[in-house]
Amino acid sequence: MGGGTGKNLNLKLHVWRQKGPNVEGQFVTYDAPGISTEMSFLEMLDVVNERLAEKGEEGIAFDHDCREGICGTCGIVIDGRPHGPRPRTTTCQLHMRSFADGDELVLEPWRAKGFPIVKDLMVDRGSLDRIIATGGFITAPTGTIPDANAIPVPKENADIAMDAAACIGCGACVAACPNASAMLFTAAKITHLAMFPQGQPERSSRALRMVAQMDAEGFGSCTNHGECESACPKGIRVEFIARMNADFVVAQVTKGRREAQAGDSSAG
Amino acid sequence: MSTVALAGPGTFLGSSIGKKVVMAVTGLMLFGFVLGHMAGNLQVYLPHPEEAMRSYALFLHGFLHGAGIWVARLGLLAAAALHIWAATSLTIQNKEARPVGYRQWVGWESTYASRTMRWSGVILLSFIIFHLLHLTTGQVHPQFEDMNPYRNLVTGFQQLPVSIFYILSMVLLGMHLAHGVWSMLQTLGLSHPRYKKLAQKAAVAFASLVVLGNISFPIAVLAGILK
Ligand code: HEM
Ligand code: FES
Repeated sequence: MGGGTGKNLNLKLHVWRQKGPNVEGQFVTYDAPGISTEMSFLEMLDVVNERLAEKGEEGIAFDHDCREGICGTCGIVIDGRPHGPRPRTTTCQLHMRSFADGDELVLEPWRAKGFPIVKDLMVDRGSLDRIIATGGFITAPTGTIPDANAIPVPKENADIAMDAAACIGCGACVAACPNASAMLFTAAKITHLAMFPQGQPERSSRALRMVAQMDAEGFGSCTNHGECESACPKGIRVEFIARMNADFVVAQVTKGRREAQAGDSSAG
Repeated sequence: MSTVALAGPGTFLGSSIGKKVVMAVTGLMLFGFVLGHMAGNLQVYLPHPEEAMRSYALFLHGFLHGAGIWVARLGLLAAAALHIWAATSLTIQNKEARPVGYRQWVGWESTYASRTMRWSGVILLSFIIFHLLHLTTGQVHPQFEDMNPYRNLVTGFQQLPVSIFYILSMVLLGMHLAHGVWSMLQTLGLSHPRYKKLAQKAAVAFASLVVLGNISFPIAVLAGILK
């Protein structure tokens, strides 16, 4: 550390500290001198925590796992931006060269009713898992692996589905949204299955159930500010929300028909 | 589910997207109205504006043997009521969704118009009430003449504070629509990456059209062009 071509930064951090889920938290200020510009943001926090440990103080709790921008675990609101100031970059992939000597940084957790704080900068994003659990699946027959390309998929659909499937579920969209809405996340999950033939059988029930769960988790509703898209490390676009809205309306309108069909078949 | 429930979880009107659709559809109705309303009022620039506006008013009052105007009024009233209901309900939901706010929050994509929809909306509501009492029923108009919309418009706008209130309200309407029309397209599912920028520009263009048309009336009166 400190070698190479990088230089060293002296920073001041204002960090949200909260001992547990249902207790009051507050900002605590830490000096972070001698931070190499070649460190990642999380490595910088590791260094701060090591120094805290040496002094016998409790380290700052923060979420992280892969540290390579693919798992969606990390996430800190840095100076008012989820994942910090670089577009399309997760907190773990953000490097200290994005900051300048003498910077004062405010570090906050994702703030939403649907993301209760576990500790300090760590939040519980189980709500997103529960949204997926209600509809983020397809019914596939077990048995042998189907032939590749046996089911034709239009190129445009495949592209849209791949774009939507890039969502890593980090929740930055919720954190960035002035309404703490999870619609970008839910829309991405709905879209990436709705664009394929395999996703069609549950397409309507998926839209209804995932949206109902999203509402039940206490998230807000979209007012089309577009902050989610700009904060998303994977560039998920707000157009997916429009697609979800359309799926939801179609599902609502055709609900009676599906229920009648289900009644017919159960009556024999 | 065999019970027919309109509100509550799992139902259309109980869901966030259902309420957004109500807001979008009623917003579209109101938008259609303000566009038509503005276009109709452009008749003040005809050679004989007093007669033109009176016969336009008589036409509206006599449409469908007098039923037409009430159908339109009740439709607009229902649209406004539903629009405000959905806006209020969603605003409460959105406030509750973030019980603890950020110490620092930096917006990149949101606009002044998008962040002030509730305020522009509430001020518009007060404007709509004033406007109805001013040029429709006349209670707050000192020189109101029955069935003489052109005269009422001219004498009304000759009062500077009234004109200023109209102009400011129209600027807020423009902001509300500049965001609202694009938002409506999103809500109704009419959005595609290729056309997003175009749709946003179209929203601003339509909003500007309504605002410039409407603002021209008080300005033309104050400038002495309409008298
Ligand atoms: C002339 C009257 C009005 C017109 C033409 C109008 C039009 C619209 C339109 C087209 C939308 C977009 C719907 C969507 O988000 O999908 C909208 C949204 C909205 N309107 Fe209105 N509106 C009017 C009056 C009001 C009033 C009186 C209020 C408040 C009491 C209000 C509050 C809102 C709010 C909060 C939104 C949601 C904002 C958002 O999506 O970001 N509006 N309006
Ligand atoms: S730690 Fe996995 S994406 Fe950042």
